[in-house]
Amino acid sequence: MQSFTINESFPMNAWYAAAWDFEVKNTLLHRKVCNKPILLYRKKDGTPVALEDACWHRLLPLSKGKLKNDTVVCGYHGLEYNSDGRCTHMPSQETINPSACVRAYPVVQKYRYVWVWMGNPALADVAKIPDLHWNDDPDWAGDGKMIEVKCNYRLVVDNLMDLTHETFVHSESIGDEHVTEAPFDVFHDDNTATVSRWMLGIDPPPFWKSQLNKKIKTDEKVDRWQIINFQAPCTVTIDVGVALTGTGAPEGDRSQGVNGYVLNTITPMTSQTCMYFWAFSRNYNIKDQSNTTELRDGVSRIFFQDEIILEAQQIAINENPNREFYNLNIDAGAMWARRITDKMVEAEQQKNQ
Amino acid sequence: MRFRNNWIDAKVSAIEDKANNVRQITLKPIDGAEPFTVGSHIDVSVIINDKPEIRSYSLIGTQATEGAYTIAVKRLEASRGGSKYMWTLEVDNQIKISQPSNHFELNYGVSDYLLIAGGIGITPLVGMAEEIKKKNQATVNMIYVGVNPAEMPYIDRLKAVLGNNLHLHFSDIDGLYEVNRIFELANKNTGVYLCGPLGFMNAIRKAWENSSFENTNLRYETFGASGLFAPQTFKVKLPRFNREIEVAENQSMLKALEEAGIDVMYDCQKGECGLCQVNILECTGDIDHRDFFFSEKQKKQNKKMCACVSRVANGDLVIDTSYRGKV
Repeated sequence: MQSFTINESFPMNAWYAAAWDFEVKNTLLHRKVCNKPILLYRKKDGTPVALEDACWHRLLPLSKGKLKNDTVVCGYHGLEYNSDGRCTHMPSQETINPSACVRAYPVVQKYRYVWVWMGNPALADVAKIPDLHWNDDPDWAGDGKMIEVKCNYRLVVDNLMDLTHETFVHSESIGDEHVTEAPFDVFHDDNTATVSRWMLGIDPPPFWKSQLNKKIKTDEKVDRWQIINFQAPCTVTIDVGVALTGTGAPEGDRSQGVNGYVLNTITPMTSQTCMYFWAFSRNYNIKDQSNTTELRDGVSRIFFQDEIILEAQQIAINENPNREFYNLNIDAGAMWARRITDKMVEAEQQKNQ
Repeated sequence: MRFRNNWIDAKVSAIEDKANNVRQITLKPIDGAEPFTVGSHIDVSVIINDKPEIRSYSLIGTQATEGAYTIAVKRLEASRGGSKYMWTLEVDNQIKISQPSNHFELNYGVSDYLLIAGGIGITPLVGMAEEIKKKNQATVNMIYVGVNPAEMPYIDRLKAVLGNNLHLHFSDIDGLYEVNRIFELANKNTGVYLCGPLGFMNAIRKAWENSSFENTNLRYETFGASGLFAPQTFKVKLPRFNREIEVAENQSMLKALEEAGIDVMYDCQKGECGLCQVNILECTGDIDHRDFFFSEKQKKQNKKMCACVSRVANGDLVIDTSYRGKV
């Protein structure tokens, strides 16, 4: 049985978000993904590039150098690399060492993120990028941020896979007693896990009341839903919303309500740090930019509360080195997410016997 | 990237001759084989003149099979001794090998590939051909040049993968390969992967450099074992030390200098880094520049040579090293 508390492993053969689209420009950006330093930049023609951020020669991060058009110039001895990672110039010699190159990682821009594949490049299939289409779907509006959290990425996935914590961590905005009391269902397949919770005929919490009123002026009771979907290894989309009670939302008619998606994808940096990319997209009032900004800042405040909890949890894990987590009924979704991820890691670490 | 070697114990699990003088050797690490990417090689600890040395061999295929790595070794009479040792191995013998490491990585972002092999240089390209066919929608052509089919391993295996895109050239029958023919199968977007004997690689590299195509679209891997002349014993005079040493047929000048107690700096030992260069004062024979460090122009000037791989044929040599202390 693997430890839940200290299992810090991550699969290498997966797409990880390394940056928001706007962060990658024709300039050098350093990021760390799966314990590896990477260099991101955008070519003049707009294509993103991801290279190993360590010079072939003396390992200085190439991000400390400069970009000359699409060529990276090392800031130490001036070795130059093209966007494939091949060395194109060496100082004081007329030839170039044939083995001189840095690794170029498969990189794709999709759903407003720049995704990198750190494992075997032959397996990098664009179809495996997790579905976060709400981020740039014209029927939806939203925005988000990235926060660096000083905790293992699995703790963030745990956090998102059970929303009971809303009642205690986010009591003033989205959490109330219904979230802890309503029953929930857990389903899973080989690559996904879903936790679905419906709260029927309730008074909406303050946040949802204000959002619903942007569409329908009402004081009526609502049906509220939270459908959490995990896509291995570390993407969690949460379908959330409220609709007027009795208008058929649980059966699929959400027309008398408002719907949002909390889009989360978490990228391991090291075993104790991660990049947490999140966004909130909505399907109502979508032309209202001030609503978008307000929501982004609102969610940002909510997630800051999670950040404090998660970092404190990581410190506690480190300070209690031999302790194991206990698991509750509410942890089923998180545990399926962990088991699916563990299987991915196991499969790729298996030696050929 | 250069990785530190972790040496592991492996057993010879199978031996099969794949062509005249080409032996396929399957090596099974005791703890199982690691996954690798095509173009990778392993280092093998070999014994030459009772001393351990390191030789690199490309891995055949796209993955380890039944927990074992597959390599192929050509027996070269004129070798530095590595192939001779490898040919003494028998099934169940135990040897030390490194983890796989890749200095010849395939770029997956290419839609058109041309693989060019000369002789035993086929070894890293077998896996590349299989990988591209398996994983990629890309076009892949291969030019495989050898003496005649009996000397060339893996022809059937490659035919099965590549069909008509395998272009064989037998120099016994077809004569010398005309290097400009590679351009029948290349365009400005073609990614070219080249491995073979020195003269062959030099000719193709030169043709490529003179073409309008991007230099960086040609990738090649060296294995530092071939030259324009067969290796011969030669004498090296060092006037500064008032010494004369002999470089044996199966020994590098670098090793001979070291054994004579003359310090020379070196690193890669395959003619890539240039650290072992010595000044040529005089030469009565032909200098066989086998390195990839000096440019063609520098090689013609014959002022310096790489002691690790380059040799002299049909004569003797007078050199100076960088030592400026008291003799």
